Amino acid sequence: MADPLHQFQVTPIEGLDFGQVTLPLVGTVHLAFTNSHLAMTIAFIVVVGFLTLVTSNAKVVPGRLQAAGETLFGMIDNLTESIIGHDGKKYFPFVFAVFTFILGMNLLGMFLSFTATSQLAVTATFAFITFGLVLIIGFAKNGLGFFKLFWPMGAPIVLRPVVGFIEFISFMLRPFTLMLRLFGNMLGGHVALKVFAGFVATAVIGVAGWLGVLIAPLSMGMTVALTALEFLVAFLQAFVFAVLTCIYLNDVVNLDHAH
Amino acid sequence: MEVEAAKAIGAGLATLGMIGAGIGVGNIFGNFLAGALRNPSAAGSQIGNLFVGAALAEALGILAFVLGALIYFA
Repeated sequence: MADPLHQFQVTPIEGLDFGQVTLPLVGTVHLAFTNSHLAMTIAFIVVVGFLTLVTSNAKVVPGRLQAAGETLFGMIDNLTESIIGHDGKKYFPFVFAVFTFILGMNLLGMFLSFTATSQLAVTATFAFITFGLVLIIGFAKNGLGFFKLFWPMGAPIVLRPVVGFIEFISFMLRPFTLMLRLFGNMLGGHVALKVFAGFVATAVIGVAGWLGVLIAPLSMGMTVALTALEFLVAFLQAFVFAVLTCIYLNDVVNLDHAH
Repeated sequence: MEVEAAKAIGAGLATLGMIGAGIGVGNIFGNFLAGALRNPSAAGSQIGNLFVGAALAEALGILAFVLGALIYFA
């Protein structure tokens, strides 16, 4: 029986493995179109296709499809507006793109055999893009005043270096918690799902003896319940990623009047 | 003790960090429910904060899980 971690293996798709290729500047790499690429490409096509579908033939009074798109749009618009405030509109495209892409990959992972966001490389890319953007906006907007972020005005003067140091550490840890949260949630959820599905298979083939009569339906029920939970988690983690992106952006955008 | 056995025990101990995450997430949802029952009209606007808090607490449990996986597989 395949182990529960088997589903996370990145393998080249038949016929699209180009083998060892020497690229300029990069050197020799193993170039292949993998199932990870495929999952991300499908997610991209689904997201772009969905948003194109709902915005084509737009009316003042939205139909069912358009209302679905507007709800998604309005939710993130509301988020940026309420967290970042007046400047939120400027950062909406980035947050919306990240949110829809992660949501697309998370949800497709529930239908396909491969979840792109359960790869640390994918979530790390998202986290470091977000972190880099926060740094760039922070320095572009505030210049060296960016470092006021680590000089808490609310704390007593004696404690300020200590609190500032802790703030700095937690700031530098942000990309790592951001990437590990998404990665761990998707990985853990899918492992749990496959473990319980494995129990059903084990009980059905009769390894557990007569106890299988009890184990199989219980595990099956658990699998169904976990699948429902996983759909919730898939949405929630994409949403949490968007909220945290907004909060981190808010820190540097409204640096002057936040503290 | 063999290295393999020590690894397995270490990985198991590392995942104990999840206890804290469980307590934290339980606390957040429990307190939210208590607050929401006292003032249901204000509950809807705090759902976003609720999930952000839960996610922040949960991340630490996930860190413990990742640490366990690292010890076991690396």
